[in-house]
Amino acid sequence: MIRLENINKSFSDRRKVVKALQDVSIHVEKGDIYGIIGFSGAGKSTLIRMVNRLEKPNSGRVVVDGQELTDLTAAQLRKVRRKIGIVFQQFNLLESKTVFQNVAIPLILERADKERITKRVHEVLQFVELEDRRDAYVSQLSGGQKQRVGIARALVTAPSILLCDEATSALDPKTTESILQLLKRINREMGVTILLITHQMQVIQMICNRVAVMEEGRVVEQGSVMGVFSRPQATVTQEFVRTVIRDQIPESITELLYSERRNYWVDRLKFVGSNVKKPVISEICHIDGVEVNILGATVQELENSVMCIFILQLIGEDDRLEEAEAKIDQAGVLRERVVTS
Amino acid sequence: MEEFLEMKIFKVSVERLLLNGGQTLYMVGCSLLAGTIVGFLMALVLVLCRKGGLTENRILYQVVNFYINVVRSIPFIILLVTIMPLTRAIMGTTIGSRAALVPLVVYISPYLARLMENSLLEVPPGILEAAQAMGASNWQVIRYFLVPETLGSVVLAMTTGTIGLLGASAMAGYCGGGGIGDLALTYGYEKMNTPLMVFTVVILVLLVQLLQIAGNRISRKLREHR
Ligand SMILES: Nc1ncnc2c1ncn2[C@@H]1O[C@H](COP(=O)(O)OP(=O)(O)OP(=O)(O)O)[C@@H](O)[C@H]1O
Ligand SMILES: [Mg+2]
Repeated sequence: MIRLENINKSFSDRRKVVKALQDVSIHVEKGDIYGIIGFSGAGKSTLIRMVNRLEKPNSGRVVVDGQELTDLTAAQLRKVRRKIGIVFQQFNLLESKTVFQNVAIPLILERADKERITKRVHEVLQFVELEDRRDAYVSQLSGGQKQRVGIARALVTAPSILLCDEATSALDPKTTESILQLLKRINREMGVTILLITHQMQVIQMICNRVAVMEEGRVVEQGSVMGVFSRPQATVTQEFVRTVIRDQIPESITELLYSERRNYWVDRLKFVGSNVKKPVISEICHIDGVEVNILGATVQELENSVMCIFILQLIGEDDRLEEAEAKIDQAGVLRERVVTS
Repeated sequence: MEEFLEMKIFKVSVERLLLNGGQTLYMVGCSLLAGTIVGFLMALVLVLCRKGGLTENRILYQVVNFYINVVRSIPFIILLVTIMPLTRAIMGTTIGSRAALVPLVVYISPYLARLMENSLLEVPPGILEAAQAMGASNWQVIRYFLVPETLGSVVLAMTTGTIGLLGASAMAGYCGGGGIGDLALTYGYEKMNTPLMVFTVVILVLLVQLLQIAGNRISRKLREHR
């Protein structure tokens, strides 16, 4: 649906040259909710602006819905843009207009007739649950309502792609959640492919099925959300994953470990998807000479599946412990030894 | 009727008063309208052609910017005399209220342009980005995004402009345009008719007050949704 290939983009600011994007390639399939995460200045906005060509790449290809955007005329480009909805962090609504008028603008630009505008605006306002506020002015709305208007405006032309540039960054956690649920509904019920940008891992965790991690203009990691969350490779990714999934040993427990006189190892186990059902822990409990102590555990729902993390203290002689680890590995559970006494 | 028009107030006929008042309204009204249109166009050029604008064009920007600075640095009375050839070329004469419109528009439009440029620059860049992302053409960006978002400030700029025009029209009037200025100077000052002078001053003060109040009201109406 959206294919970016080897995109390079730099901005020259007087003397300094900022390489905003370096050899970036991503591929968003139809029906995806594709998340791009990165810290401020990583180049996320620049990347998303490539998709509707608000920004022109220095080199590389941009293909949207089978159409190459690289050398379109201004008029052709306007036509393509009308099929791509975009939602902004700052909403970017017209203060001088009502909710209805704001949502109607994209249709007015297309010179749609009055009847169709009224009907369609009513439909989308109903979808975002704002019909009762249709005559309110933007300043009379809450942040969450403003973003719903922004989303309605983006959807009014029935686009096949929706771009979201930090659509929830200006909202409180509860409102964020309701907006994310709305995006999910848009994806499911309208079949709209969504490409979103965020710096909050919760957003990715809650609604995305694929993710790309950006750092200093490069995509350092990409893949399915489950894959990236269970096996983060790059340091930034690990940092991001850690913001939503606690896989470290709690400090109070670390202190308890100091007083442990016996020989022990601490292992971190990740059960992903169907692994969750395997009785690995009970099996290692049955090994003679191994005592198992659960130091911590978390369960995360990801892409409609689950990931469980257990932090186990295995107490016993080294050869016994090796046997236990072998059992875990055999079951295909991801294992990582974090402490050796 | 006839009698009423010939009635004397402060030693001038009511007919005279009405005629000169009408001339002032005509000069201020017409030049305000034309000046706003020309000024808005110049403001648009400044905003769209500036660095990072929608249709960046350094040369056009510099030309308009320079023109505005030049005209704004010339006192009106000097401008009035300097552009007389232009006035004659356009209006066929340099005398009368109609001829006074030329210098008044030339004088007020750069002033309004500056005021409106500021209002246009206050429109958040995000709005323009949203407009472009929706596939709006440049004309549509102006028509559906820039104009509605700045209408309130434009009214305020027009109010300020009207008050400036009132002053300028008095000078233009003295140089053959008629109007309240002519009344106060020719019939009041030169004939040492102090009551008439005071009368025109009072009228002018009231007029400015009314204009300012009306301008603020309308502007607030347009902007209260912000
Ligand atoms: N028009 C521009 N001119 C000059 N530099 C720019 C421009 N746009 C972006 N940059 C630079 O490119 C880099 C990437 O910017 P970008 O806005 O894509 O980051 P981001 O990941 O979206 O950050 P944030 O999370 O803060 O929005 C930054 O260093 C920024 O300063
Ligand atoms: Mg950004």
